[in-house]
Amino acid sequence: MLSRTADHLFWMSRYIERAESLARLVDAHYRMSLLPHSGENLSQSLSSTMTALHMEDAYLKKYETIEPRTVFEFVSLDRDYSGSIVSCLRAARENARAVRGSLTSELWETLNSTWLEARSLVANLSPSPDIGHFVEWVKERSHLTRGVTIGTMMRDEAFHFTRIGTFLERADSTARILSAHQSDLVPGADASAVPDPYQWSVLLRALSAFEVYRRAFRDVITPLRVAQLLILRDDMPRSLLRCCKEVYANLRAVSNDQSSETERRAGEMHAMLHFTRMEEITAGGLPRFLEQFLARVRDLGDRIATDFLLPAAEV
Amino acid sequence: MGSKPYNEMTLSDGAARAHYMRYSQWLTDQPADRLAQKRAEADALFHRVGITFAVYGQEEGTERLIPFDIVPRVLPLEEWIRLEGGLKQRVRALNAFIHDIYHDQQILKAGIIPAEQVLCNSQYRPEMQGVDVPGGIYAHIAGIDIVRDDAGEFLVLEDNLRVPSGVSYMLENRKMMMRLFPELFSGHRVAPVDHYPDVLLDNLRSVAPTGVADPTVVLLTAGAHNSAYFEHAFLAQQMGIELVEGQDLFVRDEAVFMRTTQGPQRVDVIYRRIDDDFLDPLVFRPDSMLGVPGLLTAYRAGHVNIANAIGTGVADDKSIYPYVPEMIRFYLGQSPIIGNVHTWLLRRKEDEDYVLAHLPELVVKEVHGAGGYGMLIGPAASKAEIDRFRKQIIAMPERYIAQPTLALSTCPTFADRNLAPRHIDLRPFVLSGRDVTIVPGGLTRVALREGSLVVNSSQGGGTKDTWVLET
Repeated sequence: MLSRTADHLFWMSRYIERAESLARLVDAHYRMSLLPHSGENLSQSLSSTMTALHMEDAYLKKYETIEPRTVFEFVSLDRDYSGSIVSCLRAARENARAVRGSLTSELWETLNSTWLEARSLVANLSPSPDIGHFVEWVKERSHLTRGVTIGTMMRDEAFHFTRIGTFLERADSTARILSAHQSDLVPGADASAVPDPYQWSVLLRALSAFEVYRRAFRDVITPLRVAQLLILRDDMPRSLLRCCKEVYANLRAVSNDQSSETERRAGEMHAMLHFTRMEEITAGGLPRFLEQFLARVRDLGDRIATDFLLPAAEV
Repeated sequence: MGSKPYNEMTLSDGAARAHYMRYSQWLTDQPADRLAQKRAEADALFHRVGITFAVYGQEEGTERLIPFDIVPRVLPLEEWIRLEGGLKQRVRALNAFIHDIYHDQQILKAGIIPAEQVLCNSQYRPEMQGVDVPGGIYAHIAGIDIVRDDAGEFLVLEDNLRVPSGVSYMLENRKMMMRLFPELFSGHRVAPVDHYPDVLLDNLRSVAPTGVADPTVVLLTAGAHNSAYFEHAFLAQQMGIELVEGQDLFVRDEAVFMRTTQGPQRVDVIYRRIDDDFLDPLVFRPDSMLGVPGLLTAYRAGHVNIANAIGTGVADDKSIYPYVPEMIRFYLGQSPIIGNVHTWLLRRKEDEDYVLAHLPELVVKEVHGAGGYGMLIGPAASKAEIDRFRKQIIAMPERYIAQPTLALSTCPTFADRNLAPRHIDLRPFVLSGRDVTIVPGGLTRVALREGSLVVNSSQGGGTKDTWVLET
């Protein structure tokens, strides 16, 4: 398939996945804001999350202080901020429109109507928009998009590049959310101390892992297990291991003459996560691990672009 | 306009014409609200599917719907058979003309068309002189605009031989009608149109360079911001071919390749939807970012075919149009089945004098204008507009032609909440490859404003489904 087409498909699915990740984050913090006495924890969690997502500068250009309400609106609905959820939905739709011939009509119509609805919603914004409802809707649209993708697209290159985009973005997003909460994940001096329930629920809900945790461990929540679930569990759909596994498998399906090194690196990331133990990660330090992981995701993205999406010269 | 326009649906006594009888009965049987509700449903569907049209001169990224009218334009079989014969004849002659112009120029030597009118035309491409194209076909896809005068006579208003558009609306309109009013299709034998992409692809494959067994065909678009982008994407998808932009192609050793995820892939036929001027920055406009450097070299070497060919504009120019009936006689030895609209060429002094004396009655068009831009409709124009045009004409008469203001036929059209007559035309799409074929009907365009004669989508026109009845 055309390199440019693959590029648009890759970014289309990245943007939809990003919109969903952001919606989850907003949703988790929004729920927290409804609990009594959440003030200090909430601001701290919002602040570290915005830092991990590189959103703080753009936000502080527009607002002076980190207020939950304005953060929610900024991240969800700000049309001028390219990293907001509505901007992601728009970017997903623009990428889809550029290659609408390579999508099934159901998939195109799903992305198009998502954007049309989002646009009319933002155009007729009430003074106090219902953020909870909005992020719920974004999640639903993302589920729908993914379902239509899996349910209607041929299992060809177009599908694989779409999936690579989804899982590379998800790996990036999970790692960033983990890094925003890394202080809660590293056992402190008193490892048996009861962790802050607010922080846990935000982290787990943001990754759709609250119920998964209960099913997986049937036990109290401990920092090590949370980290284990979100990093090393193969059956957890948003874990780093799962994402790397999917990226690797889809990458192998589109293999070309020059992509062997990229495949090797993707395979190496998967193998590393597959065979490592939580103790090894914490021994080296979780922050360092996450930092390296994010760098490798970035490297993989660059290599995929060079090998498949934007071949430099014709020789 | 003195005379009364021809009404496609009804006779002068108000009774339905034979081929509209059944539809007309169905229409009277419809509850008052149903049509309005169906129209709203159609709008919502078109928006969701993204069947939109980018409008030039408006805010960046503006996408609008082309209004779709739910009352079909119906043609009885005998009228269509005559039209079809006339269209095929005309396109054969036009292809013969282009071939002649870029080879021996016999028609010029015979003195039938003044040589300078062809050779000094900005659409004449000297680069094409002596180049042989597969099958001798230049206009693989032709959109011939047909109107009907007050006597019910079909006339050709314009030939579109460069990158005619609108066929996607023909196909989508039919889909929409079948979705909205399935019962109408069980009651009428409407000739199908949905095989158009298959016929087009087959034709494009048939004109691949010789020796290519399994040709790769691509559709070249200017990109997502082009006004007809929806159509480009639609046709590429329907034909199962790649939709490429200039940046996706490159030329190496006089052959064209596309950049794919699996490395370079050879391209044999380019169905291009960008103008000549933008195709190859090395030869035409050097600032074009839309084209492919070196494409013309590959084309001239016969390593790739381009549809439509480069240089077809020399035959659909408004100043060449008056000579098409002569071309039919010259190349085919036949008399034209469908005539032209009478046309004054203002480059001729006596025509200019006549037109300047009768401006309020005539339609004046810029020779190189398209899409309803740069046009004066005398009867509808203010005195100031007429005066402005008069000055322009006197300054450069050769840039204009004039035609009588035709009482274009009308068809009942849904306006506000009622049906009212609106002027229409017809653009059938004539495909040339192995043979010359036309999918029955074409795109009917309708001027939605009361009394308006301008059907172009860029000027507030809409479209209708077009039915050719098989019985």
